[in-house]
Amino acid sequence: MSGYPPEMQESIRLVEATRLRRLKETFPTMSLEEREQVLNAFHPDYIKEKMRAIRVGVSKGQRMPVELADIVEGRPHIGPDFDLSEPFAETDVLVIGGGGAGASAALLAQENGAKVILVTKLRFGDANTMMAQGGIQAADRPNDSPAIHYLDVMGGGHFTNVPELVEALVMDAPFVIKWLEDLGMMFDKEPDGTMVERHGGGTSRMRMHSARDYSGAEIMRTLRDEVRNREEDITVIEFSPAVELVLDDKGQIAGAVVMNLETGVYSYIKAKAVILATGGGGRLHYQGFPTTNHYGATADGVVMAYRVGAPLGYLESMQYHPTGAAFPEQIVGLLVTEKVRGLGAQPVNKYGEQFVYPLEPRDVEAAAFIRECKERGNGIITPTGQPGVWLDSPMIEIIQGPGTIKKNLPAMVRQFGRFGIDITQEPMLVYPTLHYQNGGVRLRADGSTEIPGLFIAGEVSGGVHGHNRLMGNSLLEITVFGRRSGRSAAAYAQQVKPGKPTLAHIEAWNRELEEAGVDTGVISPILLPDYTRRV
Amino acid sequence: METEKQSEVTEADLIPVYIMGKRYMVPPTLTIMKAMEYAGYKLVRGCGCRGGFCGACATAYRILGDPKLYFGLACQTVVQPNMYLAQIPFFPAQRATYDITKLEPTATTLFSIYPEVLRCLGCGACTKACPQEIDVRAYMAAGMKGDIATMADLSFDCIMCGLCAVRCPAEEAQYNIAILARRLYGRYLAPRSKHLEERLEEIEAGEFDVALAELKRLSREELVARYRARDIEPTEGPREEED
Ligand SMILES: Cc1cc2nc3c(=O)[nH]c(=O)nc-3n(C[C@H](O)[C@H](O)[C@H](O)COP(=O)(O)OP(=O)(O)OC[C@H]3O[C@@H](n4cnc5c(N)ncnc54)[C@H](O)[C@@H]3O)c2cc1C
Ligand code: SF4
Ligand code: SF4
Ligand code: FES
Repeated sequence: MSGYPPEMQESIRLVEATRLRRLKETFPTMSLEEREQVLNAFHPDYIKEKMRAIRVGVSKGQRMPVELADIVEGRPHIGPDFDLSEPFAETDVLVIGGGGAGASAALLAQENGAKVILVTKLRFGDANTMMAQGGIQAADRPNDSPAIHYLDVMGGGHFTNVPELVEALVMDAPFVIKWLEDLGMMFDKEPDGTMVERHGGGTSRMRMHSARDYSGAEIMRTLRDEVRNREEDITVIEFSPAVELVLDDKGQIAGAVVMNLETGVYSYIKAKAVILATGGGGRLHYQGFPTTNHYGATADGVVMAYRVGAPLGYLESMQYHPTGAAFPEQIVGLLVTEKVRGLGAQPVNKYGEQFVYPLEPRDVEAAAFIRECKERGNGIITPTGQPGVWLDSPMIEIIQGPGTIKKNLPAMVRQFGRFGIDITQEPMLVYPTLHYQNGGVRLRADGSTEIPGLFIAGEVSGGVHGHNRLMGNSLLEITVFGRRSGRSAAAYAQQVKPGKPTLAHIEAWNRELEEAGVDTGVISPILLPDYTRRV
Repeated sequence: METEKQSEVTEADLIPVYIMGKRYMVPPTLTIMKAMEYAGYKLVRGCGCRGGFCGACATAYRILGDPKLYFGLACQTVVQPNMYLAQIPFFPAQRATYDITKLEPTATTLFSIYPEVLRCLGCGACTKACPQEIDVRAYMAAGMKGDIATMADLSFDCIMCGLCAVRCPAEEAQYNIAILARRLYGRYLAPRSKHLEERLEEIEAGEFDVALAELKRLSREELVARYRARDIEPTEGPREEED
């Protein structure tokens, strides 16, 4: 029995009718000019009223979604008089964030001689990393090279990426794959050991490594398990988000104030170096979009780093993933991995016709979906009014052979199967969903920032991907820069001469807000979204 | 703040559910997680990815008049009338500490790190509880035989939610044993990639340094031209028969 209502099933009949013909048809890719046009007209980043410049701080004038700007300009949880004299704990390196970047950083900091404390908001591994399905890029096949990977990354990012960061990304990539494998990660392989590698949006070579469709989960649980094995040197503290960074009287980092989520108590953790790895901000629901992100993705790191003076960048571009689930209602916004298109499924409109090349860069693909629904009226509308286009998954079995979907996309089969939709037989309805924070705190190739002792890794950072990240480059980024920042932070912690911790920056921040007449009424970081019903 | 999208419901559509024994009226289309939020809970424990990947939201429930005990993920299970819900956001489980670089991928390793694997009774209570539809009993059986590869393969979709351990009469922490098997498999038993090793040697020998240095120096126009000129590897066609 189909999990789709009758109106939607009618459209599915059209999709089925065109399927065999479409198997032989490739929709042409857009020229760079066509891409510009569709982005300008339909991508959410280009909607002027929904973006604004921030009015205070070192990156004053930087544009970002209004929801984010309100939080960045917020007031701290604690006052400048908060007592720092008796730290709750002391360590060489404090890692903030228990996702893939934080776990990688903790491991490398420990290997390089540091004692580490890792604090995280919810449980260790409740993170976007856990949710990644598609895979991780690395140029390790003979017909590929780091140079070709470099070009793909730059093109995907509209040539705005920081070259040194991209170089680090592509050159470290094969080493990261080897590192993960040595830690015991199970990559998809041919019987002779050859990695199974596929295309992703915007790649010119097949270099997407995967672990079925639990790629991120497999990375996360492997790294987490390894961190737990090193408990003598790495202490993990869960349900304790950081709310404010602490500097010393020389302007160097001196740790962070964390909040016990259950008791509401704030305490100071003193550290010689801090690695910020708090991930992205999908739960801010820019422009009301649903999101693929985990519950704790509220852009805390951007807020905290900015308040101590670290410059931000690229936050005017957010990534909307073209294929968020649009039906059923219970899973709207959740990711349908790009691998579905990588395996051959085409996006088609309500008449069963293609309207875009399946693997354009994400922003272009998403804008094309919005155009198909909003301008051309060729989308399918669900009973709750949600628009969407079809992703013709049954094609995969015809192209790649029966059983391919079950073997390669078990998470997707399960996700839709729970609601009576068999994706091997019926297409999935999809629409863009808020997915990734392209920008963030600016970093250098060694993971350092403008603030001495503050290192950064992962989705919270900005510069690696320019204005648009390609799939598979962020699982790569978190491991590459997690490792780099861990190594750098350990080395820094060994030689730094700590000064006296102070919260003078809070005083300065509050004064600046006042002088600029800025009051957004928000206390930030916000830590969790509020989904309780307003009555 | 935007709330998660929900369809409009009228009072008459609402159904009763019991959260920790207390009755709430909620829309019937919601997942257990969203129903709790609808009822006014701001979740701290028991909520992570909201997408079925992290295992934070393990839930046990009964339905009025039905003697069975059910299990599920709160973020993936739709409410039913008269559900009695209990979150199990944390369940204590034994976990061994080991140095993966110093192990051998053998039955002996598995049995010495987790001797309790041999205590499994084969009752299957774990399999019934697993929200990922994993045959937990089968992977434990593989573990008892010391078959690391099978244990790794069968347990692959495990999200470490802990529901199997909650049910186990032999007090196993199945998912912790399973991840040891997967790591042993990934590190020692999976065939190695020759092309990866070769690429590492090439990078270490500096073979791409010149090309990268050149690319970094290019002007935007030159870079764009290179990007446009790059050739795109064709997507895989149908697989060969013998494959
Ligand atoms: C559904 C989905 C699918 C994806 N698929 C892919 C893919 O196929 N390939 C790919 O390359 N990328 C993919 N991505 C992107 C990629 O997974 C993420 O960008 C990446 O994992 C981010 O890692 P991270 O460590 O920086 O952040 P996260 O993994 O999100 O970890 C951040 C951690 O910091 C914690 N934290 C947040 N604030 C605080 C605070 N104030 N104090 C303490 N801790 C805090 C969070 O709770 C979390 O544990 C996907 C993302 C999503 C959401
Ligand atoms: S095997 Fe156990 S821990 Fe893993 S998903 Fe199933 S019930 Fe949860
Ligand atoms: S519940 Fe415990 S004893 Fe029963 S089959 Fe599962 S692991 Fe074995
Ligand atoms: S919240 Fe992660 S599995 Fe339900």
